[in-house]
Amino acid sequence: MKTYKQTFTELKRAALIPFFVIGDPDFDTSLQIVKAAIDAGADILELGIAFSDPIADGPTIQKADIRALGAGITVEKAKDFIAKVKAYKDIPIGLLMYYNLIFQYGTEKFFADFAKAGTNSVLIADLSIDDVDEIYAPARKAGLDTVFMVTPNTETDRAKKIAEKCTGFIYTVSLLGVTGGRDTLSDMIKPLISRLKSITDVPVCVGFGVSTPQHAVELAKAGADGVIIGSRIVKIIEENLNDKKSIAVKVKTFLAQVKEAIEKV
Amino acid sequence: MKQKGRFGQFGGFYVPEVLIPALEEMEKAFYKFYKDAKFTAELDVLYKDYAGRPTPLYYATRFSELVGFKVYIKREDLLHGGAHKVNNCLGQGLLAKYMGKTKLIAETGAGQHGLATSMIGALFGMQTKIFMGTVDVERQSVNVHKMRLCGAEVIPVKGGTETLKDAINEALRYWTANVTDTFYLFGTVCGPHPYPTIVKYFQSCIGIEAREQCLEKIGKLPDIVTACVGGGSNAIGIFSAFVDDKDVKLVGVEPAGKGIETGKHAAPLAAGSVGILHGTKMYLMQNKEGQILDTESISAGLDYPGVGPEHCLLKDTGRARYVAVKDNDVLDIFDIFTKCEGILPALESAHSLAWVYSQKGKLPADTTVVVNLSGRGDKDVDIVERNRLK
Repeated sequence: MKTYKQTFTELKRAALIPFFVIGDPDFDTSLQIVKAAIDAGADILELGIAFSDPIADGPTIQKADIRALGAGITVEKAKDFIAKVKAYKDIPIGLLMYYNLIFQYGTEKFFADFAKAGTNSVLIADLSIDDVDEIYAPARKAGLDTVFMVTPNTETDRAKKIAEKCTGFIYTVSLLGVTGGRDTLSDMIKPLISRLKSITDVPVCVGFGVSTPQHAVELAKAGADGVIIGSRIVKIIEENLNDKKSIAVKVKTFLAQVKEAIEKV
Repeated sequence: MKQKGRFGQFGGFYVPEVLIPALEEMEKAFYKFYKDAKFTAELDVLYKDYAGRPTPLYYATRFSELVGFKVYIKREDLLHGGAHKVNNCLGQGLLAKYMGKTKLIAETGAGQHGLATSMIGALFGMQTKIFMGTVDVERQSVNVHKMRLCGAEVIPVKGGTETLKDAINEALRYWTANVTDTFYLFGTVCGPHPYPTIVKYFQSCIGIEAREQCLEKIGKLPDIVTACVGGGSNAIGIFSAFVDDKDVKLVGVEPAGKGIETGKHAAPLAAGSVGILHGTKMYLMQNKEGQILDTESISAGLDYPGVGPEHCLLKDTGRARYVAVKDNDVLDIFDIFTKCEGILPALESAHSLAWVYSQKGKLPADTTVVVNLSGRGDKDVDIVERNRLK
């Protein structure tokens, strides 16, 4: 299975990391969209398992969660989804989700089962480094990398502690706020990338509010090792629900533009 | 964070990273000021002269005759704003002021916490936003009007069940984006640490007073102390002073809504399982995968799928007993109690009165029961009338 380490070592540019909610708008369409993203040149996938109360997410992702749940997505089906993606192409897959779903499944079993399905890491949006002991050992035992978030208001000493526990990459939040597309890139992110680069060698991947090829270019120039684009892509899904067959093509076109832009950096 | 904020296995602070600095700042400020002489003196004056503390412990003569044992009522309904919520809001509001914050946000279900926060926002001259599910905005319109009169901005929250749970989701999202200058005045003993500890501290005045009043008035401690439980702040407030008195039975009353067996209720202690939501580990109403279930209660203030972590521990250790009563019984007692005593109980508080009424003929005549009447029922008159017509 391809690792983050292999991926970041091979790449001579920032990684393109699209985010999707598994099963949005339905299982089959979602799978086609994710495959199209891979075809467009995604280097890593960030996939979400829908939760009824996603407090770290803005309205766009929240609506995607509701669509996926409405279409019958479950944790078990999400596991099958990952296996199907992995069978299509061996690409690193990070999960981004909420703790209660893992807790109910059984933490150790969840990590073991999802590692087996082809997951590389699990980032829990509502579990901070302070509770790392609840997941670190079971994640490592299952062979999963660990990924935690750093935000612009994380103090440097704390960021160091977080970096020490990140074996995959640091999910670097570009702004103070929830997920969602923004017109302009937060002015907090470039200083944060510099700060992280000065304290750790762990790859720094930036998400939240990354919406355009230009944003991706700016982040790549600022030293980001990866750009995570979520809400902007999920919005494409939302805007084309009446023509589901067109979604994969539109997502592919958008991601190809982003890829082309960051390849020139 | 200096502490883990655990109550046995429950509690904690399961929140996105961006909120951790704000919670740390709050924890630090709380432990700096909560026993500070100037802070406590200022809070004591506000409790007395603004809120109207101490509240009386009233012997409900006719209701006692009706049920056949002695019922005392802790009159939190007489407080300014009409509910116990003002205790916590004064405490947290003053803390916000000492921290130099100028903006307050809060979530609300029945509107009592939103109203109390709006009052305190006006009192301290702070800009205030209140998040409230659109269903609750409609069913508690009088309180919404009062909040706006106090100068607060009421933000109706769509999505989900459009009740308290979704108001909390949206308030947390707003706080995430405005964490540097905004104080989130959380309304109950839930949420991430340090909220369960802070809210309990500011509500413990209820129990401290009630215990002293029992000794003065009855000459002994009561046999039973009971209170309604949504998030559980009024119940923790009164229970806290009696927890070490092992002979005093503590009874928390949850909303059984249409009936536990129907699934249409909001009683996680009676019919939930352990999970994590809104920053805390607690008993939750959820499906086997961990998705949060919709709740239902005639009382907006109790319409929440979780419950404070300390209540979860009190349940597991057996120190407190938790029961649930249905909407219909709550509506019945609203009439019965009002006709007996001339006091309109909030539908929240009516849950505990309904449980007391259900003990008619089951308890000896010399039993003394203290009911925490957490709020007054003026806000609920329309709901009662609408349901009477059904």
